[in-house]
Amino acid sequence: MLALILFYIFATFLVAGAFGVITARNPVYSALFLVFSFINSAAIWLLIEAEFLAIVLVLVYVGAVMVLFLFVVMMLDINLAELRSGFTRFAWLGWLTALAVIAEIIGVVWRHGLGAIDVNTDFASEPANYSNTLQLGKVLYTRYAYPFELAAVLLVVALVAAIALTLRHRPGLKSQDASRQVAVRARDRLRIVKTPAEKRP
Amino acid sequence: MNPQLLLAIPLAPLIAAVIAGLFGRYIGRVATHSITIAGVALACGLSLYMTWLSYWGHVPSFNGPVYTWLVSDGVHMQVGFLIDRLTTLMMSVVTFVSLCVHVYTIGYMRDDPGYTRFFSYISLFTFGMLMLVMANNFMQLFFGWEAVGVVSYLLIGFWYTRPSAIFANLKAFLVNRVGDLGFIIGIAALFSYTHSLSYQAAFAAAPHLAHQTLPVFGGVNALTLICICLFIGAMGKSAQVPLHVWLPDSMEGPTPISALIHAATMVTAGVYMVARMSPLFEYSSTALSFVLVIGATNALFMGILGVINNDIKRVIAYSTLSQLGYMVAALGASAYAAGIFHLMTHACFKALLFLAAGSVIIAMHHEQDMRKMGGLGKYMPITAATCWIGGLSLVAFPFFSGYYSKDAIIEAVGLSHRWGSTYAYWCLLLGAYVTSLYTFRLLFMTFHGEERFRNVHAEHDAHGGHGAHEPRENSLVVTLPLIALAIPSVILGYFTVGKVLYGNYFGRAIMVLPQHNVLARMARDFHGPFELGLRGFLSVPFALVVAGLVTAWLFVLKRPQWADAAAVKFAWLKRILDQKYYFDWFNERLLAPLARGVGFGLWKVGDQGLIDGALVNGTAKSVGGIGGVVRRVQSGYLYSYAFWIVIGLAALLGWFMLRA
Amino acid sequence: MITLGDILTLSAILFALAVAGIFLNRKNVILLLMCVELLLLAANFNFIAFSRMLGNLTGQVFVFFVLTVAAAESAIGLAILVVLFRERRSINVEDMNTLKG
Repeated sequence: MLALILFYIFATFLVAGAFGVITARNPVYSALFLVFSFINSAAIWLLIEAEFLAIVLVLVYVGAVMVLFLFVVMMLDINLAELRSGFTRFAWLGWLTALAVIAEIIGVVWRHGLGAIDVNTDFASEPANYSNTLQLGKVLYTRYAYPFELAAVLLVVALVAAIALTLRHRPGLKSQDASRQVAVRARDRLRIVKTPAEKRP
Repeated sequence: MNPQLLLAIPLAPLIAAVIAGLFGRYIGRVATHSITIAGVALACGLSLYMTWLSYWGHVPSFNGPVYTWLVSDGVHMQVGFLIDRLTTLMMSVVTFVSLCVHVYTIGYMRDDPGYTRFFSYISLFTFGMLMLVMANNFMQLFFGWEAVGVVSYLLIGFWYTRPSAIFANLKAFLVNRVGDLGFIIGIAALFSYTHSLSYQAAFAAAPHLAHQTLPVFGGVNALTLICICLFIGAMGKSAQVPLHVWLPDSMEGPTPISALIHAATMVTAGVYMVARMSPLFEYSSTALSFVLVIGATNALFMGILGVINNDIKRVIAYSTLSQLGYMVAALGASAYAAGIFHLMTHACFKALLFLAAGSVIIAMHHEQDMRKMGGLGKYMPITAATCWIGGLSLVAFPFFSGYYSKDAIIEAVGLSHRWGSTYAYWCLLLGAYVTSLYTFRLLFMTFHGEERFRNVHAEHDAHGGHGAHEPRENSLVVTLPLIALAIPSVILGYFTVGKVLYGNYFGRAIMVLPQHNVLARMARDFHGPFELGLRGFLSVPFALVVAGLVTAWLFVLKRPQWADAAAVKFAWLKRILDQKYYFDWFNERLLAPLARGVGFGLWKVGDQGLIDGALVNGTAKSVGGIGGVVRRVQSGYLYSYAFWIVIGLAALLGWFMLRA
Repeated sequence: MITLGDILTLSAILFALAVAGIFLNRKNVILLLMCVELLLLAANFNFIAFSRMLGNLTGQVFVFFVLTVAAAESAIGLAILVVLFRERRSINVEDMNTLKG
């Protein structure tokens, strides 16, 4: 019962946060609302005993991704007035589509049902000594080892791509080139010239 | 019989043809003709061996596949052989005449630049013809049928720089297309009933088909329609009225070809096919009446055209048409064995006549007009003698091969009670007179009488400067095939008539219903070939032959001016004959413009208007038009694409929901 | 107790809000990226709910991968944004219409 109450509280916060994300006038506020939404999501995930993912959500999203967002938003000098103009032009279409999607999904879930699964079933609690992280790790490192490796490669690629995209070569910028420094030889630097002797005037 | 051995028979000429065709240029003339002759000789030897086995021994007939090409929906498309007495006989005829022609070609084509090509073609022809003859299913039959048609096309146009040769081969090809259309419709109709391509299935279904009605033309008997369609194919290939027009023109090809393809073998494929299909035809009296009337018409009226022609090869070509008419008439009277028997003897003496004509043509330096010949018998004794033998066989002189076969046909048609048999009998009887007339006219004009070639040479011999030289007998490669063919032209009939014609030789290969079996009735009066030959001297056809001989002698040798007088007096008749009964006129002035008009209309309306205009360009235009409208959606703004994605997603979800 | 339907409804609302957000903030690329994050979050809710319901950990493993991909996506998206801003001094989507055919 307590879980249900907590769920409703967090769910309300989550929806409110999401609403804030899409309606806030300033992108900084939007980002902060998104952080709030993520934290509430993590709480709900904890309630339904997906502890590992809840922690990962907080660590990765709140800790890394959203900080990146905030960083970019604050770094860029954005003309907010221009971005906000025409805010309401397609708003009706947006709300209409949103309502249609909600109606459809809820219609499917509550009216039509999900086949063999009863939507009214509770999430049964796992035993006290159950470790979600352990179980997930067992699967992830055995059965999904190759996809896991691929995900790692994907992250590296994303890292390289992000750096490659934003790296700037400004003309006239002086920087070290270690390999050239190492490869240098004496004769590249030093030239011995023979000058003919001159008579003393 | 061993299937591998059977397979070697068609494959030997094929391999030889491929070698000669692809490498003839590199291996030289001698090697080329050696290889092709070896290939055909092997096939001939094996064929004769098979015939020997089936003639004497009690070797069971072979019927089975040797290679399955594909199986689709239970239909087997395969190469298979049906070897019985009918097949072995045809194989022997084909390969024997082919062998003679191969040898003869060495002499005839000696100076021709297309020497190796020619050998490749005739070997290929032998292959195609053997496939046709040995087939045990309709697909292979059709393959062989078309293969020989293609080679015939290539060979009529062998001298492809001559416009007349190109015209002739195109004509042959197109006319044969008409026939082949009927043929393939017949096969398809049969297939739609039996769902099998094999002969066996078709024959087994024949009695049943005879009682079925096809819902076309207001209801036709299925078997009759099938048989007539198949026979239309035979009409194209065997040059029966009105699809005969290509055969006289096919004489544009080299003479060995005229002998092999357009006299002895390919044109008889239709006769063979009908005989092979006797279990089908036998159940359809209507179709057989059709066959009978067409054949008899051909026999008489095409023969008459031979009388007025002056080109030595064309006279023999019209004679071929006439003799094919005899064979077809025999088929129509249910005397299949007589038709095949005449096919066999005709192959020998007609090939002989053509090769002899070729020999004359060589000696006359490719002059084919009989009015410029005469008196050649003195200079070319072997050619003249063999040609006389062929001629006597052709006119059915008693004791010659042709007598036994041709007389039997006339008698069989006379005994038949089929609708149209009276007309056919009179046609064939008069045909005997006509045959005799043109044959002796040819012999007299060529080998006897005044030596007219001297005047001609005196006129325009300035080019060679070899004066009034005399024609000489040709070398051994030319005369040897003549002799080889002359022997069976004389004795073949005498020695085989008893067994092949009256002895129920073909057994189950040819099926005749008892009530139609005229040959069995004739067999009762048969007391040996000698007695039959003696009887020939008293028969009506023999009297007509003599009458023809006398007429020819009078008009050609004794009183040549009478011929000119008759031509003036019967100018209207001569005009009709000169125009060949206006068949070409009809085809060229009426049929071809009609077909061209229909084609033009289809091109303008159907092709350009409907397909190109409405379908092809219309599709492109409508795509362009719709694209012009839809292009406005592509604003280039990122968010509009996002909108569409989301709206599309919502719509898709909704559709899934409503459907569920 | 919390039922499956509750979670699914919540994720539907979240998804719909994100969709609406795409329409509302059609000019601001940063907000579009944030809305995509919300969409993915809504999808993750479903994955986790069904994974728990069916007692199959594969769904949670998938969420793990989704998080990975989303992180990579936002990193590259923001990098593109930075480059874009450097070129045009603006992140207005209306300035990006060179896709037009």
